[in-house]
Amino acid sequence: MHELSITQNIVTIACEQAGSRRVRAVRVRIGRLTGIDVRAVKFCYDLCAQGTLAEGSRLEVEEIAGRGRCSHCQREVALELPLCVCPCERSAMLERTAGDELLVTELEVDDV
Amino acid sequence: MCETCGCEGEHAVVHRVADGEHVHVYPDGRVVSHRHDHVPGAGHAHTHGHDEHAHAHPAHGHAEHGVGGVRESVQVQVLARNSALAERNRSSLRAQRVAAVNLMSSPGAGKTTLLARTLPDLKRLGPVAVIEGDQATALDAHRVAQTGVPVVQINTGKGCHLEADMVFAALQQLAPAPSTLLIIENVGNLVCPALFDLGEGKKVVLLSVTEGDDKPEKYPNMFAAADLVVLTKLDLLPHVDFDVARARRAVAQLNPKAEWLEVSAKSGAGVPALLAWLESQRASALSAAL
Repeated sequence: MHELSITQNIVTIACEQAGSRRVRAVRVRIGRLTGIDVRAVKFCYDLCAQGTLAEGSRLEVEEIAGRGRCSHCQREVALELPLCVCPCERSAMLERTAGDELLVTELEVDDV
Repeated sequence: MCETCGCEGEHAVVHRVADGEHVHVYPDGRVVSHRHDHVPGAGHAHTHGHDEHAHAHPAHGHAEHGVGGVRESVQVQVLARNSALAERNRSSLRAQRVAAVNLMSSPGAGKTTLLARTLPDLKRLGPVAVIEGDQATALDAHRVAQTGVPVVQINTGKGCHLEADMVFAALQQLAPAPSTLLIIENVGNLVCPALFDLGEGKKVVLLSVTEGDDKPEKYPNMFAAADLVVLTKLDLLPHVDFDVARARRAVAQLNPKAEWLEVSAKSGAGVPALLAWLESQRASALSAAL
């Protein structure tokens, strides 16, 4: 359950960025290759936000599919797992182009 | 919970076996240390200290007015605080020329047994120190202490992995000597520790033959993060259906740069190669430019 720790970090970042304003919504971007279970993050969000400026706020999750570029065939392939091997089988060095994201991208705060 | 002083709460406790000093690491970044003598029923004296903590404060982006509120664009890495603390650990370890290895695996893969097997040899070659991570008890720290190697135990309480702030607190207690080989034994778990940088130089993942050859495929993030994968309990290989080639192939697909070693702590097979690998980490830390 590293999602609990991840979610506590999301709430802390939102509250720091909000200053003293109440947080209404937090938007996060989570890549599918990070190994983070988005359902678990959503599950613990309300609990983590309790007693903070983000209490009662909405969590919006933007999931990013995994992608990698092959250094040999130059193709960009979809990745379900953090693999490094291209289907062309000539390259064992697939460069990850998407799927590792883990960041807070947007906040909605009270207009004071 | 701290099993020694009984304080409740969702936070990690770092416990120095030698003199009973405790450091409490709270999720909000507070670090509180105290020391107490254990006199059952007689209460105990505390001394408290406080430590500063790091924050990441990226710039605010542009604001947009929405219905009833303001939407603001921000770009803050969720793990920014852990990463900043890990970098602080890394630079202080580098300054001390300490080689740090983050040892990870599922529970029962043989991390502590392998340490107990290798520490006496490693100790002869130079200073060694260990940070033990477990949800509860100091059983592993006591086992390591029997080898005469300095050790601190981190109890993560409900936490399923070590984070950089816990290792920072443990380093304050351990104060490893220059040119130490520091081994950080993470909480037994093939999922969560993969994501948290501790400031180590290398990540080592153990896989025991009794766990099954499908583990790299089932827990890809851990094996994708490894610098070295060590197959353990090699002496049991004749008794289990473990296809070494399949496991190696899966690791190579996830992580072509990962090195691979095979050992048995029981028979000693492969142990010299592991000792050589660990010693090479110490050598690199000593020769690295500051």
